[in-house]
Amino acid sequence: MLTVENLKVYYGMINAIKDVSFRVEQGEVIALIGANGAGKTTILHTITGLVPAKSGSITFKGINLLKTPAHKIVGMGMAHVPEGRRIFQELTVYENLMLGAYTRKDKKAISDTLAKIYKRFPRLEERKTQIAGTLSGGEQQMLAMGRALMSKPSIILMDEPSMGLSPLYVNEIFDIIREISKSGTTILLVEQNAKKALSIADRAYVLETGNIVLDGDAKELMNDDKVKKAYLGE
Amino acid sequence: MQQFCEQLLNGLNLGSVYALIALGYTMVYGIAKMLNFAHGDIIMVGAYTLLLSSTRFGLPWYLAVLLCAVVCCVLGVSIEKIAYKPLRNASPLTVLITAIGVSYFLQSSALLIFGSNKQKVDSLIKIKGFTVNGINVSGESIVTLSVTIVIMILLTLFIKKTKMGKAMLAVSEDKGAAQLMGVNVNATISLTFAIGSALAAVAGILYMSSYGFVGPYTGSLPGIKAFVAAVLGGIGSIPGAMLGGILLGIIESMAKTYISTDLADAIVFGILIVVLLFRPTGLLGKKRIEKV
Ligand SMILES: Nc1ncnc2c1ncn2[C@@H]1O[C@H](COP(=O)(O)OP(=O)(O)OP(=O)(O)O)[C@@H](O)[C@H]1O
Ligand SMILES: [Mg+2]
Repeated sequence: MLTVENLKVYYGMINAIKDVSFRVEQGEVIALIGANGAGKTTILHTITGLVPAKSGSITFKGINLLKTPAHKIVGMGMAHVPEGRRIFQELTVYENLMLGAYTRKDKKAISDTLAKIYKRFPRLEERKTQIAGTLSGGEQQMLAMGRALMSKPSIILMDEPSMGLSPLYVNEIFDIIREISKSGTTILLVEQNAKKALSIADRAYVLETGNIVLDGDAKELMNDDKVKKAYLGE
Repeated sequence: MQQFCEQLLNGLNLGSVYALIALGYTMVYGIAKMLNFAHGDIIMVGAYTLLLSSTRFGLPWYLAVLLCAVVCCVLGVSIEKIAYKPLRNASPLTVLITAIGVSYFLQSSALLIFGSNKQKVDSLIKIKGFTVNGINVSGESIVTLSVTIVIMILLTLFIKKTKMGKAMLAVSEDKGAAQLMGVNVNATISLTFAIGSALAAVAGILYMSSYGFVGPYTGSLPGIKAFVAAVLGGIGSIPGAMLGGILLGIIESMAKTYISTDLADAIVFGILIVVLLFRPTGLLGKKRIEKV
């Protein structure tokens, strides 16, 4: 479904992504783990066109994303929950959700999706007229996810959805990710919380300073000595 | 009392023009995070377009207005595409200097084409005024105020109620996130410049109906005053630009009548400084500190 091949990304002179290849198949949950500054966010940003690639290719449903204008990508079925959530702080919860459906035309279908999202996140419905910037961190994360789901994506890229949340919220967020996956949406999950990420992923890639150093079945990686030591703190 | 009411009306009149120009400043600032110092000169271009189309060639008023709006829109959008877009990621100082350069370019072009003498522009407004309780209400005031009120209502509805308006707000807050929603950021920025320039064209026409003369530097003073109005109201805030413009017009008009014509501008800028001392974000500006 999504194939990244020999991706190289630079910020000016800094080579953030050196040579990265990986693939995500339909229906999978793929975890991308790595330390601070490894390049996880950069990879997601390059996929959705927020950062240009130096070379390599990114193919989604047979189409070269590196040649697709960034604002066309969500319409192809790819949603991105960015690092730090980046909800529109000054707009209401409802307005944020509706922006998630910006590229969709069918009003009836949009309100069906909205109803489903309110069902999944009752708190968003309770607070639909609230200014999004005044939501708690966990609620903002739910809004960011709800907003991504409003585009009815076939794949969602999530960048550290558990960042800065209390353990209770972390569990809730991971439950939701599991549900989203069960409903048939493919997920590419970037996480620092490697333990949690590996526990829900099918396969995983380990990124170190711009290179993938390990990959494989998530359960196997969980028992890998190197992974245990570097990322699971055991 | 009669004098006060007439001055208040004058102030509202002038303030409407400032507000229309200030809206362009503030919308462009909100979206592109830049001060478009060439914005005032768009008014001048609009005024010259009016001079040619209406005073010289006698086009009917609605065609002249349409032509002014179209010329200013095309000019505003072209300036953005040619001068500012390549600098999207440049430092704010570079962009500011470019904007000042564009402003000089427009003024010098007008100087070359039309010469330095001011030329008389006939007012488009033919409506007769009336008098209530000895207070003169001019046709210009009636038209200026009604046009401004209608534009403000339409603009507010556009931003609050339409998808494109929401997209504008989204882009002004976070371009990257807006792009992830599928918003075409470049198109949204162009649209903002187009709206701002059309408002400047209208402001130019209204300004000409009261002042009547156009020269190459006609846009700079109202441009600067409108910039002050935008900052006074809170740059980036649309209601702020409306309020700031109207307030500035009233203050200026009152100061001219009751204090001194020569001191009026000094008073206007003095008020700006005082307001910014107590409310650095302007009257209706966002309290949130902008993250860079
Ligand atoms: N806009 C930028 N300009 C210059 N360098 C950048 C920029 N963004 C990221 N980098 C650098 O690129 C490298 C990868 O950053 P990236 O944000 O992708 O890491 P990450 O794996 O997401 O880290 P974290 O877990 O802390 O979010 C880092 O060395 C970072 O300093
Ligand atoms: Mg990151």
